[in-house]
Amino acid sequence: MTEFADQLLVLVMLINFLVLGSSRMAIAIRAVAVQGVVLGVLPAIIHTFSWHLIAIIVGMILAKGLFIPWLLFGAMNKVQIKREVEPYIGYVSTLIIVAITTALAFVFAAKLPLAQEHQGLLFVPASIATIITGFLTLTTRRKAISQVIGYLILENGIFIFGLLLTSAMPVMVEAGALLDLLVGIFVMGIVINHISNEFSTIDTSRLTALKE
Amino acid sequence: MTDILIHMLLTIFMPPLLLGVIGKTKAAFAGRVGAPFLQPYYDLAKLIRKGSVFSDTTTWIFRAGPIITLAATLVAALLIPLGNHLSPISFAGDMILFAYLFALGRFFTTTAALDTGSSFEGMGAAREVTFACLAEPTLFFALMTLSRLSGSLSLSPMLTTLSLSLWFSAGAALLLLVGGMFIVLLAENCRIPFDDPTTHLELTMIHEVMVLDHSGPAFAYILYGAALKLFVLGAFFIHIALPLKTGNAILDWGVFILSMLGLAVTIGVVESIMARLRLLRIPQLLVAACILSAFSMLLILR
Repeated sequence: MTEFADQLLVLVMLINFLVLGSSRMAIAIRAVAVQGVVLGVLPAIIHTFSWHLIAIIVGMILAKGLFIPWLLFGAMNKVQIKREVEPYIGYVSTLIIVAITTALAFVFAAKLPLAQEHQGLLFVPASIATIITGFLTLTTRRKAISQVIGYLILENGIFIFGLLLTSAMPVMVEAGALLDLLVGIFVMGIVINHISNEFSTIDTSRLTALKE
Repeated sequence: MTDILIHMLLTIFMPPLLLGVIGKTKAAFAGRVGAPFLQPYYDLAKLIRKGSVFSDTTTWIFRAGPIITLAATLVAALLIPLGNHLSPISFAGDMILFAYLFALGRFFTTTAALDTGSSFEGMGAAREVTFACLAEPTLFFALMTLSRLSGSLSLSPMLTTLSLSLWFSAGAALLLLVGGMFIVLLAENCRIPFDDPTTHLELTMIHEVMVLDHSGPAFAYILYGAALKLFVLGAFFIHIALPLKTGNAILDWGVFILSMLGLAVTIGVVESIMARLRLLRIPQLLVAACILSAFSMLLILR
């Protein structure tokens, strides 16, 4: 079964590349939605059946696969931003950076003193690579929506790490994390709307240039 | 012995058929009858019978270009195993020779283009080498992954040990490799998302613009060399994507021919449903292909 989990994690890492390499918002949002669904399915593969597990899976798929993408598409249509123009670092360069950091994540994960049963799995490198992708998306993109997407990827990375511990993780903690994320997205959505209402752009780099 | 003979015959006679199949597929998508399957052969026969015109400003490089390119591709065709049969020539490290024979061919195509002194052809040559230097790492990552998987540095054992059972144990890595190699296959052979082989606008051409000044037999060599390159790289791709083995020598040849025709149909479908990419997007896609195969190597090395 862990073989199949590894294939899914490879898919997750490929989605990281896709998000960083595409300039269209719609592609990035859908990619993150697919990533959320894949991560929602993962616990079912590696852990034995329990109601707690079902709750996590259903919660993940609903929240990350449907609800958050729906909110993001709504925000995207409202502010009429279809693509990310001129990121701080170009697409090809970010792709190369993320490829290098993914390779480094593998090296780093091999050096970590992990529990015996977790060694040789893709979980730890995939988690580190996804967290770094989240950071890169947050820092290299100008538009507020892209930064929300970066935040989502960051959370996905943390979730992959949490997967190793799911059996020990109480459902309240999991629900709390999802709720935090949801509130975060809400706040970001409101902020995006306000930025676009006030300054007719959601380019966050303009915010520092404001003067009375 | 018979296998080597079949290898030679297929290498010499099959490549233009692939172009015919691609053309027919595109015609079917457009709702046309399309040129007959054998049209590329007729075109080659027509060109061979024509006379050549050489510009006064060109030197021997211009005349040598098409011949050296074709010869390099033919030698590369001897190194690659077709289907489940070993190649006629094979030695440790022939994968490097394989990769650089194509580079040699490309070097002479581009120098022949520069030799004409035409600014359009110079532009085409600049594009060709730019994209080639992005496609080359992909091929090498793929070769490294495959040699790690098979424990061999020679193409024949490397490619013939690939099997369906490997797809179950290292599926993710092989899938990444197939994705990366398909992009390289299209880019190296100037197929549609990268270059349109039927375009008539010099500004957007890559490969076609470099051969504008060639005529007659020289142009036939170029067309035939391009078809042969598609055939050789296609055979390489088929080994990774469809490592089917029946165990019967004759049946294996049949499987190989069918999968090559299937590949030609796939390329035709891709060409029909995709538009040509903007020139600025091409390096992006090639870097993506490079990352795919580098990632697959990472998964195998881990």
